[in-house]
Amino acid sequence: MIKAVMVMNTQGKPRLTKFYEFLVRKRQTQFSLFFFLPCLIRAENVSNFMEADSIFGPDSRLVYKHYATLYFVFVFDSSENELAMLDLIQVFVETLDKCFRNVCELDIVFNYSKLHTILDEIIFGGQVLETSSAEVMKVVEEISRQESASNSIGLVTKTVSGWRNR
Amino acid sequence: MDSLFQRSLDDIIKGLRHQQAGESAFVSKVLEEVRREIKSTDSHTKSTALQKLTYLHSICFVDMSWAAFHAIECISYPNFTHKKVGYLAISQSFQESTPVILLISNQLRKDLKSNVEVEVSLALECLSRIGNLDLCRDLTPEVFTLMASSRIPVRKKAIGVVLRLFGKYPDAVRVCFKRLVESLESSDSPPIVSAVIGVFCELASKDPKAYLPLAPEFYKILVDSRNNWVLIKVLKIFTKLAPLEPRLAKKIVEPICELMSKTGAKSLMFECIRTILTSLAEHESAVKLAAGRINELLIDEDPNLRYLGLHALAIVAPKHIWAVLENKEFVIKSLSDPDPNIKLESLRLVMEMVSESNVVEICRVLVNYATKSEPEFCNVILGSILSTCSNNVYEIIVDFDWYVSLLGEMSRIQHCQKGEEIENQLIDIGMRVQDVRPELVRVGRDLLMDPALLGNPFLHRILSAAAWLCGEYVEFIRNPVELMESLLQPRTSLLPPSVRAVYLESAFKALVFCLHSYLKSAHGENGEASGTTLIQENHITPDSVLHLLNLIDMAVGPLSGSYDVEIQERARNILGFTELIKPVLSDSLHPQDERHKQQVEASKMVRLLHDTFSDELGPVSMSAQGRVPVPDGLVLHENLADLEAVCGSSLPASSATISFEGSHNVEGATSIFISDQKEESEPSSESTSLLAEHRKRHGLYYLPSEKNTEHHEANNDYPPANELKSGVTVSNDAQDLAKLAEQSFLPKRKSKQVKARPVVVKLDEGDVLPISSKIPQAKDDSLSEAVRDVLLGNKAAADSVIRKKGKEKLNAKEQEDDLDHMDSQSGTVQNPVKERSKRSSRKQNADEGDHGGDKGKQKRRHRHGKHRTREGVQNPPANVISQTPVPDLLL
Repeated sequence: MIKAVMVMNTQGKPRLTKFYEFLVRKRQTQFSLFFFLPCLIRAENVSNFMEADSIFGPDSRLVYKHYATLYFVFVFDSSENELAMLDLIQVFVETLDKCFRNVCELDIVFNYSKLHTILDEIIFGGQVLETSSAEVMKVVEEISRQESASNSIGLVTKTVSGWRNR
Repeated sequence: MDSLFQRSLDDIIKGLRHQQAGESAFVSKVLEEVRREIKSTDSHTKSTALQKLTYLHSICFVDMSWAAFHAIECISYPNFTHKKVGYLAISQSFQESTPVILLISNQLRKDLKSNVEVEVSLALECLSRIGNLDLCRDLTPEVFTLMASSRIPVRKKAIGVVLRLFGKYPDAVRVCFKRLVESLESSDSPPIVSAVIGVFCELASKDPKAYLPLAPEFYKILVDSRNNWVLIKVLKIFTKLAPLEPRLAKKIVEPICELMSKTGAKSLMFECIRTILTSLAEHESAVKLAAGRINELLIDEDPNLRYLGLHALAIVAPKHIWAVLENKEFVIKSLSDPDPNIKLESLRLVMEMVSESNVVEICRVLVNYATKSEPEFCNVILGSILSTCSNNVYEIIVDFDWYVSLLGEMSRIQHCQKGEEIENQLIDIGMRVQDVRPELVRVGRDLLMDPALLGNPFLHRILSAAAWLCGEYVEFIRNPVELMESLLQPRTSLLPPSVRAVYLESAFKALVFCLHSYLKSAHGENGEASGTTLIQENHITPDSVLHLLNLIDMAVGPLSGSYDVEIQERARNILGFTELIKPVLSDSLHPQDERHKQQVEASKMVRLLHDTFSDELGPVSMSAQGRVPVPDGLVLHENLADLEAVCGSSLPASSATISFEGSHNVEGATSIFISDQKEESEPSSESTSLLAEHRKRHGLYYLPSEKNTEHHEANNDYPPANELKSGVTVSNDAQDLAKLAEQSFLPKRKSKQVKARPVVVKLDEGDVLPISSKIPQAKDDSLSEAVRDVLLGNKAAADSVIRKKGKEKLNAKEQEDDLDHMDSQSGTVQNPVKERSKRSSRKQNADEGDHGGDKGKQKRRHRHGKHRTREGVQNPPANVISQTPVPDLLL
């Protein structure tokens, strides 16, 4: 089972957090987590795993992957395979790449809800349900279509901001 | 008008990015806006506000529990975008205890029944994140329906949600389990299989036994599937199942080996290795193959693979140490790898390789290594040395003198922070291993002498142990005066009060010892010649006694006004004693006529104290208290219950009275114990003999004591907490020892062998760490019970299925018929066989189609029944023990 997914930049600024076990949703824990993680991730060319029992309770491991200015962090327990988790991060990033065409930190900053949509298609309640980025894209596109359809019902955008963004 | 100028999420993000310093001010301003906007009746305004809040919650960790109701409002909007915002907010912020959580039950049901696929998905996702008992119970029927949906993405998610349902509401098993198992066979759609296997993997990790009957289905997937994700999960399941059923292990070992050698995916390969090493370690050839694959991982460039390779070796080490020894050099070399994971893992492996014969060399290498590495890893190394060496009451240590000096050496390592552990071990060894005490005292003395060590707070615990040891076993000290000096040196003011108190007590013991041996020697000069050896050893002259008394005045005097009560009390004890002894002693120091009389008085006092201190302390079993039988007429629980009642009713007022009551009780208890002693008020030098007498009279309250001679024969037996000395004086002690030596209790001192392992006192239960046997949670229990019921076709389960779903009625009835039939056929045979025959009948049906019919079923069943009984005759114990149903695939 996957316990948490986090995306943060190299300065420790969180970009996405999703906790599948309530245990760690405590504010203080999260703060310290984002504070410490970038410090822990020191050298390049070392293995990407970490014992995370102290933060996430017994039987927790953590795997991270470093892409440009971002860290992708998955926390999982013994019913997941370590290397498969690394692959899963890859799947997630690939999907983002397809979705945003050469994804960069800015895309992730500004597409908060889309990020969640994508992640929810891959990981469902802590379980990995989909590992093909093509399949994920299909569903995400369907959801976007649905969203834009529902938005176009209210013909005129009601806010200045919304109108400006059109 | 408000909504016209509402800022969107994008505006907030941009705003946040432009804040350099005052981010929190910006956030609180936005929060203020959100609080206003979220009250709006306009759905768009409300959902945008909620979206902003959710964003701030997950990025800036602001509290959003206050908006729970607004989130619920949002999911009830018909507009998909708004609904989605609401669902996201709920799954990010709700807990099981959120008060309004039950309000979403109806909306979830509505969305689960929706025609729009993505809406159903949203509801399922939400349920999988926040579902509690009530939600799961209410929505189980809807999820059950969706599990048969024709839309794959929906079906997949419905299956995923089942895990949550089972976890929170075990009765859902009776409804959904059958459909879940059927989904295993939908080999036409890989996503479904993947989802089901994921669910089973999670379920089996909690209680594997219940899922053993499904082994044939899992096996089929193992052999047929080409999807690595699915295979990994199946392997995880088999890792749990194989240890429960040896025949299953035999069956799967071959396909797993094949998979391991064929696959190109490292993740799958590693999983195969892990499965073999964890659960199939008895299959020698498979382990050899796996070891070969591990070697490939070890030489890989990717540090992840090297790390996992070492990790795999750590799994195999307890059973097949040869696999580690083959890679010994690599492991040692990895200790200096830059990767912290690899370092740790190789350290773990090095410790696995430690044995009685090489412990000295390995520890030497590691300690050298520890002095060179950075503080964190240094302490990890020290910690693992300590835990390995102390494992199972110092099992691997033969030469305790070496180990004790190693402990001393470790204490002096610059970054050492293992004070507490070293302290415990020093004292523990002191109590357990009699022979090593001289060396312990020597090591302790060296530590105490070094004034530099007092400045390191991490060492204070060790120093406390050293001080205690030197005080307790002061008879082994070569120069007690020197010890006193170091115990009372000015820099001890750097110590924390608790340690300082130990220092003082030890100084007291040492002082008494010095005086005692001085007086004895003086006495000896007069008449008896027994004490002469002692003076020579201890260099106690009248001058040094004076020196000591002065030292105490100077160093301890100021402490009698200490703020710490422990220190103050002990200091006053010492000072009081010296006050008492001084006039008497000073007379004896300056020869006079009535010297003899004075001396006798002094020696009487000193001997009294010396006797008190020389009574040996032994280790006490953790369960010792339990062995004291409760005397007749003493009701332990009754009064406590009263106390609880009192505590419960009025807290502050009664607490005072309770403490009084408590002290009363204690007094009462002690008075019971000592009431028989007539001379209790008179402090006499025969305290120990009194104790013996008391012991004789009240043998009931003491632990059963054995003769000393039995200790080394039955190591497991528990020695009395305080061994009784038959005599009082040291010389008597020596006689005792000599007697014991004659009885071959302590042969090793003079033995011709190089060095035999000294006796290590062991306590039976006390040494075993308190086993924190995990009490399985009630929920898990009821879950596995439900699973078992469904799998074994329990009648009650069948009934409940009938009650719940009319659709299944026929099916269940058939099962019942089946069972009845079975019972009449095989009489006393139990559930497992029922299960087997049911399964086989199903298979039979599948094989032969309509053609098979009832007859074939019966025949088959009959044959199986026979087979089973025959096996039972052949191998009755196995039959009795393993009641788990074994699928016929394995027979």
